[in-house]
Amino acid sequence: MSKPVLSVRNIQKSFGGIKAVRGVSFEVQRGEILGLIGPNGSGKSTLFNCILGQLPADTGEVEVNGKPVSNIRPSDLNKLGVGRTFQQLSVFPKMTVLDNVILAGQEHRGTMLSRLFGPGDAGLTAEAEKMIEFFRLTPYRDTPAGSLSYGQQKLVDAAMAFMAGPDLVLLDEPAGGVNLTMLANLKDRLVAYNAEHGTTFVVIEHNMEFVMSLCTRIIVLAEGAVIAEGSPAEIRANQTVIDAYLGG
Amino acid sequence: MTKVNKGFIVAALLLAVAIVAPIGQGNYITYTLASWLVFSIAAMGLNLTLGYAGQISLAQASFMAIGAYITALLTLSGWHWMAAMPLGVIACFIVGLLLGYPALRLKGHFLAFVTLAFNTLVFLVLRNEEWLTGGSYGLTGMPRPGFGLFTTMKQFNFYYFTLAVTVLAALVMWGIVRSPWGRAFTALRENPIRAESLGVDTRRITLLAFAIGSAYGGLAGSLIAPLVQFIEPGSFGLAHSLRILLMVIVGGAGYFGGPFLGAAVVILLPEMLRFTQGYYLIIYSALVIVMLIFVPAGLMGMGQRLREKFWPGRQQRADMAEGARLK
Repeated sequence: MSKPVLSVRNIQKSFGGIKAVRGVSFEVQRGEILGLIGPNGSGKSTLFNCILGQLPADTGEVEVNGKPVSNIRPSDLNKLGVGRTFQQLSVFPKMTVLDNVILAGQEHRGTMLSRLFGPGDAGLTAEAEKMIEFFRLTPYRDTPAGSLSYGQQKLVDAAMAFMAGPDLVLLDEPAGGVNLTMLANLKDRLVAYNAEHGTTFVVIEHNMEFVMSLCTRIIVLAEGAVIAEGSPAEIRANQTVIDAYLGG
Repeated sequence: MTKVNKGFIVAALLLAVAIVAPIGQGNYITYTLASWLVFSIAAMGLNLTLGYAGQISLAQASFMAIGAYITALLTLSGWHWMAAMPLGVIACFIVGLLLGYPALRLKGHFLAFVTLAFNTLVFLVLRNEEWLTGGSYGLTGMPRPGFGLFTTMKQFNFYYFTLAVTVLAALVMWGIVRSPWGRAFTALRENPIRAESLGVDTRRITLLAFAIGSAYGGLAGSLIAPLVQFIEPGSFGLAHSLRILLMVIVGGAGYFGGPFLGAAVVILLPEMLRFTQGYYLIIYSALVIVMLIFVPAGLMGMGQRLREKFWPGRQQRADMAEGARLK
């Protein structure tokens, strides 16, 4: 098997006396869509933040494409090929959709000085327009992102996460608050992007229908520890998962 | 017509107004117009730091002071303004970079107090180090620059010299805010966590916002020294930093044209209201209060709101369009 895109080993994180994550380890292979599910307070978001360097883990290691990335700044992690989306809306509301998407790619072009003296769009307009088209946002290219609907802002957020051509994208509750039509659109685009580019996804999500239909493998967390791992069908049938999370 | 073309036409018209404005005017009006240009430069710098990058600073007058004193000391010892000015600007860039470090840890009013303390520190150094700065008596008699046959000793000529420097400074600022740096500054203001996750080095861009904004303060200071030909610490106290902040807010923080409009309101409006004699400051203050209450986004923001109201774009909100399609 080839080198995993993401390797998480024995991550532990406590907040005072509360152990939020208890020695979680897993690997994600290239092109895989991994779902991380679990009840509220199971440690999903804490684990996500430890992987992304936004919370320092107490112990454990994270590697991206074989490179250790523990304690690395989020901007440097992004330059190593890791994109992410946020649970809350995270577009730049006063910028147009085009500017949002260009921003997501510009820091990967040239040096700081060449970006000052080079073209205003860092030569990314055509590429950004393609990404906007891919996410079916072309009519809103010049609209301030903050005036789009909630679901469309989620699409802009996803377009930004993919703009720099990452190897790995971590999606934090992408379906949260999105209506059914837009959700189908989002899932369709994620699957298409994965098929076209072989990009690896790790998805935190509570919408079981969305996770089960999108992911190729699922890890279930409860009380900070992994309680099950397998294909969507295996997870659906797992009695421990049913008792802890899915319910009968 | 594209947005950029419209902006270019408006800028060209404003430049034409600025060129004809002092014609037929006396020395005092020409001096006031030159002051407007100088404070527009200082406000342009603060607009980058605060308006575009979202970092509060109450120290812009202290950077004017650093630029003014360096230029004054060097020109008094025989340097040409063109040689002295870059040193003042570079010094402000470096000091601004250092002042930006607290901004990496502090936000909002905590950062405001750090910059306020810095302004006070600069004021005290200028007042107490008499051997260098002349203390409370200040420095006088700074020569105005000459360029071959063109001398700026006359108020009229100095105005056009200041206008030329202002246009150059504005073009450089336009280049910065239209570049990817400008987009990164705006991203820092709107959502620093998201910006960082997209590869924007928010630490570096924060420091740059302070450094470039401060350098513009230094440039304004290097012009005020030969304009007034007298500088003293009181001209660069906290009240003056607050005035520059007022220019940015009244003009419209984060709008390119905001500092010019804001400086016009703060510098020119009181002069225009002088016909009301003893009431002009009361009327001016009341107008500013009313403006801030009803138009918090400043004059440029008001312009945009009026445009949206009377000439709305064809773009409709996406969720409304979706809603209209529901059966």
